[in-house]
Amino acid sequence: MTTTPPSPCSITLVGVGGQGTILTSDLLALAAMHAGFDVKKSEIHGMSQRGGSVVSQVRYGERVRSPIIPEGATDVLVAFERNEALRFAHLLKPGGLLLVNDTERIPVTVSSGAQPPAERLSERLAAYPGLHLVPADRIAAEVGNVRTANVVLVGALSKLLDAIPDDAWQSALRQRVPAKFLDVNLSAFSAGRAAL
Amino acid sequence: MSQKLLLSANEAIARAAWRAGCSVAAAYPGTPSTEIMENIGKYKGEINCEWSVNEKVAMEVVIGASLAGVRALTAMKHVGLNVAMDPLMTFTNIGAIGGLVIVTADDPSMHSSQNEQDNRALAKFARCLLLEPSDSQEAYDMTLAAFELSEKYQVPAILRITTRTAHTSTLVDPGEGTRTVPPAIPYVKNPARNIPIPAFARGMRYKVEERTKALRALSEESPFNRAEPGTGDLGIVASGVAYQYVREVFPEVPVFKVGLSYPPPLDAIRAFAAPLKRLVVVEECDPVLADQIRAAGIPVLETATELHMMELNPTRLAALRAELLGTPAPAAAEPEAGIPPRPPVLCAGCSHRGPFYVLGKLKATVTGDIGCYTLGLSPPLSAMDTTVCMGAAIGNAIGMKKANLPNPRLAAVMGDSTFFHSGMTGLLDAVYNKTPITLLVLDNRITAMTGHQPNPGSGRTILGIDSPAVRIADIAKAFGVPRIHEVDPYDLATLENTLKECLESGETSLVVVRGPCVLNEKIGGQRISVVDAEKCRACGACFRLGCPAIVRGETAPDGKRTKSAIDPQACIGCTLCNQVCPFGAITTKNLR
Ligand SMILES: Cc1ncc(C[n+]2csc(CCOP(=O)(O)OP(=O)(O)O)c2C)c(N)n1
Ligand code: SF4
Ligand code: SF4
Repeated sequence: MTTTPPSPCSITLVGVGGQGTILTSDLLALAAMHAGFDVKKSEIHGMSQRGGSVVSQVRYGERVRSPIIPEGATDVLVAFERNEALRFAHLLKPGGLLLVNDTERIPVTVSSGAQPPAERLSERLAAYPGLHLVPADRIAAEVGNVRTANVVLVGALSKLLDAIPDDAWQSALRQRVPAKFLDVNLSAFSAGRAAL
Repeated sequence: MSQKLLLSANEAIARAAWRAGCSVAAAYPGTPSTEIMENIGKYKGEINCEWSVNEKVAMEVVIGASLAGVRALTAMKHVGLNVAMDPLMTFTNIGAIGGLVIVTADDPSMHSSQNEQDNRALAKFARCLLLEPSDSQEAYDMTLAAFELSEKYQVPAILRITTRTAHTSTLVDPGEGTRTVPPAIPYVKNPARNIPIPAFARGMRYKVEERTKALRALSEESPFNRAEPGTGDLGIVASGVAYQYVREVFPEVPVFKVGLSYPPPLDAIRAFAAPLKRLVVVEECDPVLADQIRAAGIPVLETATELHMMELNPTRLAALRAELLGTPAPAAAEPEAGIPPRPPVLCAGCSHRGPFYVLGKLKATVTGDIGCYTLGLSPPLSAMDTTVCMGAAIGNAIGMKKANLPNPRLAAVMGDSTFFHSGMTGLLDAVYNKTPITLLVLDNRITAMTGHQPNPGSGRTILGIDSPAVRIADIAKAFGVPRIHEVDPYDLATLENTLKECLESGETSLVVVRGPCVLNEKIGGQRISVVDAEKCRACGACFRLGCPAIVRGETAPDGKRTKSAIDPQACIGCTLCNQVCPFGAITTKNLR
């Protein structure tokens, strides 16, 4: 009764409003569910549509209590672009993994000249030993739909989460992606998986 | 075996309402509650639902349905309940007939709100039954129970969720069976029950005390309230999602979980506390439970760790654990420095941009309001002075006028949904009292901020039927507003002339700025503006629009400034930048 359950696997997903982070966290949570885990997926989307940073958190395991991941307990940080990766990198646990879409969305504060850009972004990211860079935008374009970059990242992520079997991911895709986009998304998923 | 579903609390509540045979639902959008009605809308054949013009009307609609003997639900964000308190404070005494469930979605940490308030205090104030789910399964189960209990005890039942529960998906077993609608309780005309003239109201007041007593007994026995054993001399009382944080951070500690939290199960908590040396209450946000437990003579520890404002989380509870049990809290890593912030901005081409640009140019004092257009406060537009609550812009401007604010250029600004919600009365007040203020209604015919819900200006309802698209200028005409203009948000010269005229007219005036929400209407791909780098002199004029599509381009000949460029992916060709460029460097071209 009072034994500590093994801590859940904790994934933080960060991006910019409009990049499809919500589909990604949905797919992850559904795949974890289909794999038989308890799962919680938390999304705070206040004004994210208007180009703000978006954060979602997914935890799965035998039993998940808190939907919020404690600071410094993220196992995998999935970032849809480099600035957001670095903005939230401190949430990683020691030895945690960073899966980053190798692209940059310049914040308006920078493009308008109000703020300097982040210095040495790529170099600072490279200092994280658990870094995996995936050219998801490019792969998505090759697959035939630039808007599947988020699913390319899901494919790459699936490689890092071996507790979730392939059929659970497939079920999640079938459940969540509209039928007419299923094929291109399945290809995006496989291409993402092959990219790691 | 029923299949488990992954649902947010908002989705779970909608599904439970359907399952419980709820027949009527009414709500006004507000983050984080909006998806409840959006999901109820999926059952529109079975649940007669509406987006009401505000929360007070929504509350009155569901009260009417309850009096007519059917089950009804309303949902609103925390501040929405302030608007709806007047009907609730009397209806709680009259008492529900058909089960009445009120969902209040509180927003600890103000993820998307103007204040932090704990509506559990309002539930207690209104002597309603209060339930606090800690995940979606409980949101589902408690919604089912809330309908039953509301009907049984003739009490409005309040379900208090928070942003975290509302927007967290967890596994839900919806149970066997399908929607079952209890037969409507036959309507009986009964003034002594339903009309609180003082002679009848006094009787109602006594009945409410009896009801609360019965609810206290219910709370002691409720399966939603339970003690979970553990070891040690410290015990924790926890409610809502805070319970989950407590279970994660204090796995070995005895916990009393409160789910039915008004009236609280004080005897059960007393029995739980008896063998313990220290009792701590962990709840979000105010010490609502703690104060009631203390008032019952059960000592509750004051912790040094701050627990009573802002959202709780396991990291904060780890600090509490360090204080109470001496377990060192894990060291937190420092965030990386120098990452440029990414605040929300008005979309490229948003029809709200032009009016704020002009108000800024005219150096007007602007009483503002709440919606996407509140972003007009941000630099470089910086054209909003105040914001209080929905509809306040007009009353605030009237007050400033009466206080003889030195700046004669005083404008109130609000959106269309805000105008319908609580702006109309303010405008009538200005007309009646002949207060010379200028109101700008930024009319994009949709409630954009909360995710594009239709409103009386949209011409359609949640049921998918056409309805008359109310024209704000017509309302103002009926009110007798002496000066009414409708202008195009993308015509800066006309906007400026009209506003100047109104601001200096000495009359109550209304300027309806009618333009689309470009995000909602998916405007784009037809035209874009381009900067001719030869002509651009890097003066920065276009940057003062704050359009996210205008970016830094090539370096100017002086080597310091940069010329402008336009991101063709983001630009929708609204032409505002063409109009502000003094050198004619920006032109718009058709894409197809
Ligand atoms: C009493 C209350 N109810 C709901 C909300 C949530 N809310 C904030 S802005 C807004 C509507 C804004 O719509 P509109 O005035 O049309 O402006 P737009 O976002 O379209 O620019 C709502 C519903 C609130 N802040 N206060
Ligand atoms: S969502 Fe619509 S109203 Fe809101 S900022 Fe974007 S364009 Fe403007
Ligand atoms: S035309 Fe100019 S102001 Fe309008 S969306 Fe394009 S860049 Fe922005």
